[in-house]
Amino acid sequence: MIEVQNLSKHYGDKHAVDGISFTANDGEILGFLGPNGAGKSTTMNMLTGYISSTGGKALIDGVDILENPIKAKKNIGYLPELPPLYMDMTVKEYLNFIYDLKKCKLPRVSHLKDICSLVKIDHVYGRIIGNLSKGYRQRVGLAQALVGNPPVLILDEPTVGLDPKQIIEIRTLIKRLGKNHTVILSSHILSEVQAVCDKIIVINEGKIVADDTETALSDKLQGSHILTAKIEGEYETVAKAVLNIEGVELCKQINERDGVIEYRIESEEGRDIRRELFSEMAKLSCPILELKSAEMSLEDIFLQLTLGGSAKEEE
Amino acid sequence: MGAIFRREVQSYFTSPIGYIFLAAFYLFSAFFFTSSSIQAGSTDMKGMFGNLMIILVVLIPILTMRTMADDKRTKTDQCLLTAPVSLGGIVAGKFLAAFVVYTCAVAVTVVYAVIVAAYGEVEWLVIIGNIVGLELYGAAFIAIGIFCSSLTESQVVAAVVSFITILAVNILSIIGSLLPWEPVQKLLTTLSFYERYSGFTFGLFDLSNVLFFISAAVIFLFLTVRVLDKRRWA
Repeated sequence: MIEVQNLSKHYGDKHAVDGISFTANDGEILGFLGPNGAGKSTTMNMLTGYISSTGGKALIDGVDILENPIKAKKNIGYLPELPPLYMDMTVKEYLNFIYDLKKCKLPRVSHLKDICSLVKIDHVYGRIIGNLSKGYRQRVGLAQALVGNPPVLILDEPTVGLDPKQIIEIRTLIKRLGKNHTVILSSHILSEVQAVCDKIIVINEGKIVADDTETALSDKLQGSHILTAKIEGEYETVAKAVLNIEGVELCKQINERDGVIEYRIESEEGRDIRRELFSEMAKLSCPILELKSAEMSLEDIFLQLTLGGSAKEEE
Repeated sequence: MGAIFRREVQSYFTSPIGYIFLAAFYLFSAFFFTSSSIQAGSTDMKGMFGNLMIILVVLIPILTMRTMADDKRTKTDQCLLTAPVSLGGIVAGKFLAAFVVYTCAVAVTVVYAVIVAAYGEVEWLVIIGNIVGLELYGAAFIAIGIFCSSLTESQVVAAVVSFITILAVNILSIIGSLLPWEPVQKLLTTLSFYERYSGFTFGLFDLSNVLFFISAAVIFLFLTVRVLDKRRWA
């Protein structure tokens, strides 16, 4: 459905997007994960024909977005980072305008009504967009992308600015849409991409650093070999005992409060030391108050992925 | 194009700009009409048409300043440029909307002509020629204004730049007369919007002047399309 080959965008010497290639099949939800300025929005803007690429190709349903823009754009619904709303129009006027703009053939009244109930904006239908809250504006933006029922949906950070309840609603909605649309969505929140997407592309500094399915990626990233533990007791005794456990490579204090010390414990990859840690501490009668696998932040992931990549290259 | 045209016309009247433009135009045209036709007791309306031309130098930038600049600032251009519409369609829709509002303004001169006709003989052909001239002259200015608006995100900058450009193309003959070289003088006089328009106010319906204004409008609209296209490549 969407095929991207070696897509690049250069601004002078700056390579905003540098030779990205991927494909998204029918009925697939593809997540773009990356920190701010990684090139997510630039890529999406190129896919939708808002800006042109410096090199490479983007095919939407086999149609090149640069060669035949009007035909390609017919198949795309786009929600940019900032929803492109006319603040002086009511939701009704705006959606009717989009309906005309996209030269939509579906029955007007029922189609717009369906979309509104899907994104839950029926009760603000007659209100002026400029007076709506950010969450509602975001939904109107989403509604706008859905007008004409395009087979491809490109959503740039669709949950930004929403409250937790709305975030869950929108995620459920996207999952539902993913069944009969090809969806590309971007985010800088790992858990969001994990919750919604079938396939994840991690992008940093304009390059793809990982291209994987959701499960494979999280297996790769979230080993149980890094733990954080809150243990009561003397630092020396505890640290010594921990380091004596087979396979432990590092044990260091990261925090202390009221005699309880928080440790970061790293063991060999693929080795689970939690049981041994428990029995060792029980012997010393130093109670473990909290034990968990270290969550990886996006920064850790990039560090790991990029370092892993360069290490491989060095080999 | 149709959708953009309708939205633009509507937005002229949901924001104050359309009303300000029409009110200012009606006010000044009524003032010129009163002084040059009613008080002078003349059925000749060329005084009014001549003066309107000067007012338009200020009013057209107000009409066109937001057309492109505001879309760029609020990012609504993302919705236009990613919709299945050509760039030409977008620019044409916006041009026609501004032109329709402008025509609403110019239409008031028909009312004045009817008032004059109640008191004396009116040369209808001259008046029609004048109105056509005013429409063409305005169309060219609107195209210039839209072009200037496409160059910036700021409505103020768009208005100022269009004002300067429109003023400059009007007084090209004056600028030319300061230059000592005759061929340049001739060229600038030929390109002067003021000289071209004056012909209409004297009741001369010269086809070359008609073509001049139409080509000026087309050229600036074409340049606007190029600006939009270029922005995607920048």
